[in-house]
Amino acid sequence: MATVASKLYSDDVSLLVLLLDTNPLFWSNRSTTFSQFLSHVLAFLNAVLGLNQLNRVVVIATGYCSCDYIYDSSLTLSGNSESGRTGMPALFGSLLEKLEDFIDKDEELIKEQEHDERIASSLLSGSLSMALCYIQRIFRSGHLHPQPRILCLQGSPDGPEQYVAVMNSIFSAQRLMVPIDSCYIGTQNSAFLQQASYITGGVHHAPKQLDGLFQFLTTIFATDLHTRSFVQLPKPVGVDFRASSVFGQSKLDGASTVSDKKRKAPDS
Amino acid sequence: MSNQRKRPNGEREEDDEEDDAEGIGQWERAYVDDRSWEALQEDESGLLRPIDTSAIYHAQYRRRLRMLSAAAAGTRIQKGLIRYLYIVIDFSRAAAETDFRPSRMAIMAKHVEAFIREFFDQNPLSQIGLVSIKNGIAHTLTDLGGSPESHIQALMGKLEAAGDSSLQNALELVHEHLNQIPSYGHREVLILYSALSTSDPGDIMETIQKCKKSRLRCSVIGLSAEMFICKHLCQETGGLYSVAVDEVHLKDLLLEHAPPPPAIAEFAISNLIKMGFPQRAAEGSMAICSCHKEVKIGAGYTCPRCKARVCELPTECTICGLTLVSSPHLARSYHHLFPIAPFDEVPTLTSANDPRRKLGKSCFGCQQSLLGAGNKPGPCVTCRKCKHYFCLDCDIYIHESLHNCPGCESIHRPKSVSLMEE
Repeated sequence: MATVASKLYSDDVSLLVLLLDTNPLFWSNRSTTFSQFLSHVLAFLNAVLGLNQLNRVVVIATGYCSCDYIYDSSLTLSGNSESGRTGMPALFGSLLEKLEDFIDKDEELIKEQEHDERIASSLLSGSLSMALCYIQRIFRSGHLHPQPRILCLQGSPDGPEQYVAVMNSIFSAQRLMVPIDSCYIGTQNSAFLQQASYITGGVHHAPKQLDGLFQFLTTIFATDLHTRSFVQLPKPVGVDFRASSVFGQSKLDGASTVSDKKRKAPDS
Repeated sequence: MSNQRKRPNGEREEDDEEDDAEGIGQWERAYVDDRSWEALQEDESGLLRPIDTSAIYHAQYRRRLRMLSAAAAGTRIQKGLIRYLYIVIDFSRAAAETDFRPSRMAIMAKHVEAFIREFFDQNPLSQIGLVSIKNGIAHTLTDLGGSPESHIQALMGKLEAAGDSSLQNALELVHEHLNQIPSYGHREVLILYSALSTSDPGDIMETIQKCKKSRLRCSVIGLSAEMFICKHLCQETGGLYSVAVDEVHLKDLLLEHAPPPPAIAEFAISNLIKMGFPQRAAEGSMAICSCHKEVKIGAGYTCPRCKARVCELPTECTICGLTLVSSPHLARSYHHLFPIAPFDEVPTLTSANDPRRKLGKSCFGCQQSLLGAGNKPGPCVTCRKCKHYFCLDCDIYIHESLHNCPGCESIHRPKSVSLMEE
């Protein structure tokens, strides 16, 4: 089931799968606008692609009502593609177009539903699952493949209804030996992302100032897996492991009682 | 409950080949049963067609999935998540046979190691113990414990085969051990039996009845041939009996025992169990750990009830006896409770321009193109709930390892409805 990533053409070729949080309910009331945030991210992606000629980047957008692939650097051929509309590097013309389309579609889907006022969480479990399927495809493609890792750029708070799905993804990533790095830019702490990085051996960081986001991204998250053994990265200080009850939102503390016999629900 | 695969050429031809096998060399013997050249096919122009193993693999996988879901459909099945399993390995002289290369005991040890790791991965709250049978006596290699490394070290320590095998002695020993465990745990025994006989000091039927009364579920995997006594044991206690025909089959049979089996309600009484979720100790704190009795600095966990320090989880606190786990350990078992439905196969008769197929030119999970050779639609599957298309490899990965459908997870559902649908 799990394949061991064999020695590739050189140690530091990496595949970065970036999960970008585009939840409009989160971005609507932040001091940093989404487009400022995006400029940091695009510069960071350029930096990753510049570190090694064979590096690859895949971007998956985590929306409020849907998730989708936005960009795959191995599919875009280098060329004279111009993106005259924006001042962005031509490399990312298709990324920006697809992102715009995705956000428009997401907003339409939001209008069709009445959203929950209390917690405006994005669909982290969906994009994590898609990222893992893509990485599994890379592993199937033969011996010469880049070393994959996942980076979650998340600001929305955790949605407790996704707990089981997120934990399933984390354990699957652990078995595939794919680290999940997480950069949390929201206000409260994200227990899901802390646990994900701790269990899979990735790096978790929550920068306080979003103005310097590019610096955080390039110094902490741009290093490939081989180089991490020489670099001093932020260590987990305290991981929030408190059990999240599956059937409600309360987080339980201390010694608790757990029913040993769990009934399997019938297939619908 | 034996489960033997049919040989491709039937029984009678094998006898003839056995006689011819005497006079041929070692390298030829490998090909006596394996006629891989018969699987080749020619296409219209006489050229060899490459063997498409992925479709065969996927068909096997789907057959297995269908068997499992047919068994579970329409019934409420309880699964015991807290299992106490004893693995009994037969190290009698029959284990030194070389029909499995290099020898039966080497293969058994290798696969049991893989099984132990897989078992703790799927059942983090359970415990394993090892028993070996040698010279007609059963020895306890390791007691019930939750750490895979200690079991594997004890197993790989001495690999030697000698003497007779005794099924009754093994069952008596295991019965004695398993009588001491709490009533909410499920008692299981997995016997890897290579001998063709058993030398017992008393009446084995009595022992089998004793095991049945103590609610011990015994399963046997035979390495040589089907035996009545093993079959009887498994039927009486409700376990599975199977005989391995080759190494790959042995591995599959072993790994079938890793996920929790359907449990009989009266066997383990439903209880509320107190468990502790310890906090990680701060970096640089010093304490004497209760498992090694030495001073340790830094990483470790503090029991929430008695504040003793333990080194790793899951474990039982040595001071106050509280079961200590961390929530990811419990979360590893959740996919047994909330499994995803198998995907439906999409009939390949529809052409690529069919309006229904507009939704999926590429797999939703990995973005691989779903078109086969010549732009014709290749084999794919679809999820019943979210109607997205997935390729065959993603189907296998999603159901065996990930346990989440990416399509269903990518749809926002109002909270009150989401859990009811699962």
